[in-house]
Amino acid sequence: MYTLKFDIEKCHNCQTQACLTRCQHLDIDREVAQREIRKIARGEDSFILHDCLTCYACEEYCTMGNHPFYLIVEQQEALNIPPVPRPLIQRAVNLGVPFRGEPEIGEVHGPVLNMAAFSDLIGLIQGRLFEGLTVISTDDRKMFHYFCQLMYLHYARSSVIKERLPGVINTINRHKPTDVICFHDECYGTYTSYCPAVGIDVPFTPIHFFEFLYRRLTELKEAIRPVGFKVAYQRPCSSRLSPDKHHFVRDIFELIGARYVEREYVDENALCCAGAIQGQRREGSRKRAIEMQRKNINDMKKAGAEVCIFNCPACFQTLGSLLSAEDIKPMYMSDLCRLAIGEKPMEWR
Amino acid sequence: MDSIYEALVNIVGKEYVSNQPEELYIYSFDLGTAEPCQPQYVVSPRATEHIQGIVRLANKEKIPIVPLGGGLSLAGLAVPLKGGILLDLKRMDSIIEVNENARYAVVECGVSQGQLTSYLEKNYPRLTHSEPGAPPAATLAGNVMIHGQGDLAQPYGFNSDLVNGLEVVLPTGEVCHIGSVAIGAGWFTNHPLPDVGLFLGWCGTTGIITKLSIRLFPCKRIRGVGTFVLEHEDLVPEAVYKLTHTQMAEDIVAFSSAIPPFASELQQITVNIAADSEKELEFKQEILWDDTLGEYIHRGEGAYLGFVRHLQRPQISKTSDYKKGGGFEYVGSIVPIQRYPECYRKGREISERHGIPYTVTGRCVGAGHSMMFAWTFAFNRADPETIIQARKALHETDDLVLQLGGVIWKPGTYGQKLILERLDPGTKELMGKIKRLIDPNGIMNPGNWEVA
Repeated sequence: MYTLKFDIEKCHNCQTQACLTRCQHLDIDREVAQREIRKIARGEDSFILHDCLTCYACEEYCTMGNHPFYLIVEQQEALNIPPVPRPLIQRAVNLGVPFRGEPEIGEVHGPVLNMAAFSDLIGLIQGRLFEGLTVISTDDRKMFHYFCQLMYLHYARSSVIKERLPGVINTINRHKPTDVICFHDECYGTYTSYCPAVGIDVPFTPIHFFEFLYRRLTELKEAIRPVGFKVAYQRPCSSRLSPDKHHFVRDIFELIGARYVEREYVDENALCCAGAIQGQRREGSRKRAIEMQRKNINDMKKAGAEVCIFNCPACFQTLGSLLSAEDIKPMYMSDLCRLAIGEKPMEWR
Repeated sequence: MDSIYEALVNIVGKEYVSNQPEELYIYSFDLGTAEPCQPQYVVSPRATEHIQGIVRLANKEKIPIVPLGGGLSLAGLAVPLKGGILLDLKRMDSIIEVNENARYAVVECGVSQGQLTSYLEKNYPRLTHSEPGAPPAATLAGNVMIHGQGDLAQPYGFNSDLVNGLEVVLPTGEVCHIGSVAIGAGWFTNHPLPDVGLFLGWCGTTGIITKLSIRLFPCKRIRGVGTFVLEHEDLVPEAVYKLTHTQMAEDIVAFSSAIPPFASELQQITVNIAADSEKELEFKQEILWDDTLGEYIHRGEGAYLGFVRHLQRPQISKTSDYKKGGGFEYVGSIVPIQRYPECYRKGREISERHGIPYTVTGRCVGAGHSMMFAWTFAFNRADPETIIQARKALHETDDLVLQLGGVIWKPGTYGQKLILERLDPGTKELMGKIKRLIDPNGIMNPGNWEVA
């Protein structure tokens, strides 16, 4: 059984307790934070376990290299304090069950782009940026064989992740990849953060999608024409697991001449899309989600954003039509990059 | 030379008649499990006068006529069980009138649901109609002929309740009009003239609808679908009752299916909501999700899944794609909503007994007045054994509907037989008298509703 490597000594030595004091959704001081995180680590109940919105941000805020969010999720499951109602958990757990037969496995012996559970978004990886790249998980009937499972952190089901993830890694590894470019940064966070945290081996090298895009854009630099849009970026919850790659957002924008607007809710202070919050058990969750979305979109408007750039399809689905209604165009990063090199993404045709 | 063929050519022109085997083959079956039966002729009329001529010819020759709309009823209702002339009505596809103020559309019998939807979206964006869960090729006339329901069924009921008037070619060739149009007063109401309700629900056995007026409804600027999930089927009737009390939904559909797995063993309820402003939308969402269904969330029994803007039509027919082989047929029923839990449990048992992943769907009709509950059985068209299993499951489900105190909706011949066995003798005799009176030669879609 895989066990979370959480070192309470690190919390004892922590001078900030930033994991909880910086939480956007809690209003607590360092003393309370220290008390509560210790209680959680000891396996005791804490109001944090009940009030957590599962935004992942504490993983990034922690300055000690510990895993406060993974710990919270594990204890929510252990003490049966799920953030969402039972049928939502059951539905989500069922969602990841493959049901259309086994995937066809071709050995690659080179880099691959893993679409994971987003095979139906293959239109987003067309054109010169992706030329010559082998893509895996291209069949949306079989994509759950490649589903990284990390979504279950929102459902207090670490056990499901640990049970299924080795099989998913094995499926990917049967392609004999060297580097695995992760279309979704949740996959990247799974293989670079969650797996080491619980002791699951990853036999390939994960590459962040934005790092790949930046590299390819650099190779195609001659073709770049500044896009000139004023852009905001919707940071997904799972990017909190790979904060070291977040700079590629700004790097790409600079490279392609997108004007990154100045915002309040940006980078470490970003607001999540609230898609996972609206269905939570806590009183007022739906309204809380709407309020967060409103704050987020108003902030983009105030900053003058014309376009909102996405990495995560779930964020896109949650916020896309709301942004459109406010005359802010939702767009995936890959589409923006394609525009920059003179290509027309699907929706422009 | 075939004299009937020649006569049909004289009526509609050579291009629109066929007695060639390859074309007869196409019209010999529908998408369900019914055994194929070939017509002798396929005719595609363009006008009411053509249909009159064909009907008179059929009477003279004592040859059956089977009217066909989109061909999507699935239960074999437009399969020519006794051969004859298959009347493909798709060429009669004019949208004759849309009255924006009185909110109705007059259409020919071949106008499809998708055609009217796109026409309204383009030309009358403030109007919409109650589109069923069938693929967009389903016709409006075909739908009212089977008492179909659409995505406005919750506030407005069956689509056949939304008919303002009809033009019908009788089995003996005369044309008659029903509703206000019968006195030249336009197509705006079906009432208050004496009721001659002889055509809706008769599946083309009493005449051929050539034109109809159907009610339209306000189309709000924002339309979308919210989803709620319940952990147990016993909770569904109460939740639907509460939702209907708000009078804020356009459509309420409950479903559960083995495939895809996310829907397995849970009861998903989709609620279509419409609003002209964000303020109106949030007002409705607060009442529906927070005030009305919030108690299920607090007890951990139910969960709000979110609201997705824009309707994706059609919805129910997507279940046909959940299993390899692309075949599906369902038994529909009209049942009290309180029967939902038994419908789900017993339907699931039948599916599992025949090795078919279960799919059940219930659409609320009216303010909780009834529910169209459907059990869908998928099969592989290339595998005859799976077709046989599906057919057995369908027949068992027909029996189940009646055991549960429901009424089979658009029954095939097996279900019709079960209903006729139970039908009040007085009603059956009246139906027989009507049928003998208006179709003396028994030419209209024979094999269906044989009461004469």
